[in-house]
Amino acid sequence: MELLLSLSIGALVGSGVWLLLRPRTYQVIIGLSLLSYAVNLFIFSTGRLRVNAAPIVEKGTEIDPAAFADPVPQALVLTAIVISFATTALFLVVLLASRGLTGTDHVDGRESEK
Amino acid sequence: MITENVLLALILLPFLGALLAALFQANARNAEAWLSGAVTLFALGLAILLYPAIEGGRVVRLDLQWLPELGLNLTLRMDGFAWLFTMLIAGIGFLVVIYARYYMSPQDPVPRFYSLLLAFMGAMQGMVLSGNLVLMVVFWEATSIFSFLLIGYWHHNAAARDGARMALTVTGMGGFCLLLGVILIGHIVGSYDLDVVLRSGAEIRSHALYLPALLLILAGALTKSAQFPFHFWLPNAMAAPTPVSAYLHSATMVKAGVFLLARLWPVLAGTDAWFFIVGTAGLTTLLLGAYFAIFQQDLKGLLAYSTISHLGLITTLLSLGSPLAAVAAIFHMVNHATFKASLFMAAGIIDHEAGTRDMRKLSGLFTALPITGTLAMVASGAMAGVPLLNGFLSKEMFFAEAILEHRESLLDSVTPYLAVLAGAFAVTYSVRFIHSVFFGPKATDLPREPHEPPHWMRLPIELLVLACLLVGVIPGLTIGPYLHTAIVSVLREETPEYSLSIWHGFNLPLLMSLIALVGGILLYAALRRYLAHCEEDPPGLRGLRGQRIFERILVTVSWRWARWLEAHLGTRRLQPQLRTLVLVAIIVTAWPLFKAGLMPELSSIANLDPALVLVWAMGITCAIAAAYQAKYHRLAALILLGGAGLATCITFVWFSAPDLALTQLLVEIVTTVLILLGLRWLPERIAESDAPASLAARLRRQRDFLIALACGMGITVISYAIMTAAPLRSVGDFYLERAYSEGGGTNVVNVILVDFRGFDTLGEITVLGIVALSVFALLRRFRPAPDSIGLPEQQRIQNAYDDAHHDRSVGETAHDYLLVPSVIMQWMFPIIIMLAAYIFLRGHDLPGGGFAAGIAMAIGFLLQYLAGGTRWVEERLRILPVRWIGAGLLVSTLTGIGSWLFGYPFLTSSFRYVEIPLIGQVPVASALLFDLGVFLLVVGATVLMLIAIAHQSIRSHRVRAAETAKQEEVA
Repeated sequence: MELLLSLSIGALVGSGVWLLLRPRTYQVIIGLSLLSYAVNLFIFSTGRLRVNAAPIVEKGTEIDPAAFADPVPQALVLTAIVISFATTALFLVVLLASRGLTGTDHVDGRESEK
Repeated sequence: MITENVLLALILLPFLGALLAALFQANARNAEAWLSGAVTLFALGLAILLYPAIEGGRVVRLDLQWLPELGLNLTLRMDGFAWLFTMLIAGIGFLVVIYARYYMSPQDPVPRFYSLLLAFMGAMQGMVLSGNLVLMVVFWEATSIFSFLLIGYWHHNAAARDGARMALTVTGMGGFCLLLGVILIGHIVGSYDLDVVLRSGAEIRSHALYLPALLLILAGALTKSAQFPFHFWLPNAMAAPTPVSAYLHSATMVKAGVFLLARLWPVLAGTDAWFFIVGTAGLTTLLLGAYFAIFQQDLKGLLAYSTISHLGLITTLLSLGSPLAAVAAIFHMVNHATFKASLFMAAGIIDHEAGTRDMRKLSGLFTALPITGTLAMVASGAMAGVPLLNGFLSKEMFFAEAILEHRESLLDSVTPYLAVLAGAFAVTYSVRFIHSVFFGPKATDLPREPHEPPHWMRLPIELLVLACLLVGVIPGLTIGPYLHTAIVSVLREETPEYSLSIWHGFNLPLLMSLIALVGGILLYAALRRYLAHCEEDPPGLRGLRGQRIFERILVTVSWRWARWLEAHLGTRRLQPQLRTLVLVAIIVTAWPLFKAGLMPELSSIANLDPALVLVWAMGITCAIAAAYQAKYHRLAALILLGGAGLATCITFVWFSAPDLALTQLLVEIVTTVLILLGLRWLPERIAESDAPASLAARLRRQRDFLIALACGMGITVISYAIMTAAPLRSVGDFYLERAYSEGGGTNVVNVILVDFRGFDTLGEITVLGIVALSVFALLRRFRPAPDSIGLPEQQRIQNAYDDAHHDRSVGETAHDYLLVPSVIMQWMFPIIIMLAAYIFLRGHDLPGGGFAAGIAMAIGFLLQYLAGGTRWVEERLRILPVRWIGAGLLVSTLTGIGSWLFGYPFLTSSFRYVEIPLIGQVPVASALLFDLGVFLLVVGATVLMLIAIAHQSIRSHRVRAAETAKQEEVA
């Protein structure tokens, strides 16, 4: 399973980085979204992969931490998901404003000479 | 204790005065002078009262902890030497304040002047009273900055701006070097405390880092005291108002350099390096300054070069490494401050009365200014070293030291001759100052008719000249004991036997004085005609101006090199910047991993679950296809992006992260809607061209492909290595064990967010709110590109269809298309609200919580917009997202503050179970209230962003489009 997930993360990163280096703003926004999936999965995976071990504890019993998935990466990623939505929105608006001001959707605000 | 706090008062008082002074009206000259006079006089009084506490080599110390772990403390420390400087700063400061009251014209904005002057005074007091070297550097820099502001006081004047900038650049760079030097000293000694450093002289001098530390500290001291080769800033600083020149650039600030040299003299002096570097700088400055002073035409220019020369004399004395020379140096610091401040003030009066400072124009002023003239004569006598004046005493001590042998070298053997030569020059320029201004035929073409100034303007000069005379005639009864206290505090057990008496019999120093006196007068007689109308600066050396070299260096560094770097390394294009960023990231990640030999072992792949393999086969395909389609098929790319998101979501469920899956799923929805809303404003889709791409474009793509491939493979290896490594016992255990017992919730992720790390979450939701507001603000001024203003093609077709059929109204087709979904969506509204409430309430114990519930609620609103259209919704439902954001932040913060009421730290949570009829036991934790804040904010932020974008379709550009249409009609 680890192999599968790391390959998936790699594919997401590769696609994301490729799009990041493209000249159109829309490509960059899609690339950043793919990258944020990858980063979230990566951070999440540092807690190791556990099946059927959601960090939801029993009330009032002795708790064995080893029986649960690590909650810390999950807490980190939870807020990251929401924040990455917000930054996507911000970037989208900047993209639209730049397009409105410059009349082009090139990342430099003008078409390259080449 | 009171005594120690007086030290703090000495520093804070001027700064407080500066703040007050800044608040007065622009023309409040008298009020400013009263305030500043009171502050300086009070400081002077405090300093006088402190004297008994430091008499006889005692030290007053005040330690305030600042960053004790780093050895940085606000240590203030006063000994005899610091006291002497405090007296100079406060005393001359007081006189300058009186003088400035009459010097500044009613047009000058005086609050700024007095405020800066007082602030400078505070910085200077702080510098001399610092008992911690780092603190001292801080105040040292502050004096540079206030000097900059004061030189540039008349900022409408280009010379003032240039002079100020030059002074700041030179002394600022020196200050930076000094900081490095001080850090080196701190490294050697292990403490920045001045007392500790002063005790560790031998250790520092024998350390390998002694030379670098010395060079850096000298760079600081020599720039500040305008020593060769950094002397050129001082003459340019003469563009400052004369009270500033009198205070900063003769009496106090330029003394900071020699103050530091004297302060660290017991620690740093006595080595060959010290002798040669400091000695060469000092002697060169002494001679060059005096020589240049002769050939100045500006009165203040002459005094500036003379100041440089006298500072050179002090530096030379300190370089010798003999205690007796150090005594002379300290003595001369005080003497020079008194006579030079009075001379500057006299020059200011002449300028004020005659309207010019050009010595070629000034002549025969004695009849008009008899009293000022007499005072100036006495002061220049002191400057020239005439007997019975204070300057004579210290100069005599200098000559006596110059003829002694200190270190076998050429430098040492030429010192006496150069000293006499510089002495003669000093006589020449002093005589010139007096003779060309006050004697000779009465000047006829002066801009103003000179008169004696008001008595109060002359009073400071009178007092200073009186001091010159008293010290010169009866040194032992006046300055003697105080000077001794200062000397003992610097030299301690090394304090030599010395005599301040004016008569030591006929000896070699006296003969040298006589030669200098006679030689100087003869030189003036010989040069008089030439000097009466020559250009500035000595013949032959006019081209050699430090200023020009400085400017050339500045231009080279800040313009040519910067331009070159920008042209060769810089780009305004985003792609190369991002590419560089990615490449650097690859290298800095790969290099340490390669060195550590990271090569994870491939474990068996037998445990692969075919279902998940299928999910990710789809996910990976979606990701790569999205990358491929993003240019030509935006909608397809968006859908594919959603596919990859879904795979991520399933992965979260699979591997025991239900909270993440829930949130991811909901966010996925809003993100898709968000980008869909944005698509409408993008340019028309680019048609795929059949022509083969150019070679350059193909190469570029191949390179980027390789970069992307490297990133992907690299991250695969890294994440595989991490995932297969044995799990570490992390802080997660702590949370798992205490989530229920201390947080009252069983959903550990939620308890972490709203309880254990509640403060982080508060920060995060604040960021979320700020981003939402930024989006909103950016869109208020949104102007779409002209080609996106018109309706989208689909709507046009639909509207045309509606138009063509007279039984249909415009917009009906779109409405019909969505009829069934929109009914469902409208009916779903209460259900979604229930769902949001459910997700929210169960969050503490089961997957859910404020974030997920907030987004669910936002989706509920969003669906109403989709179903009914913006206008329909807003006619029925007023959502005020900004208030939701505000309420959310308020609730979260107040929950945090609430715990203060019970005496707990910010955001301490408490919980208990409450029995509610029908529903049963419900946990009520203050964390729930906090989560409510999160919920409200997330709803507000999400709705605000989405609605703001959605609103663009029914907004101003419609109006604008209508206007353009109208204009076209008119045309």
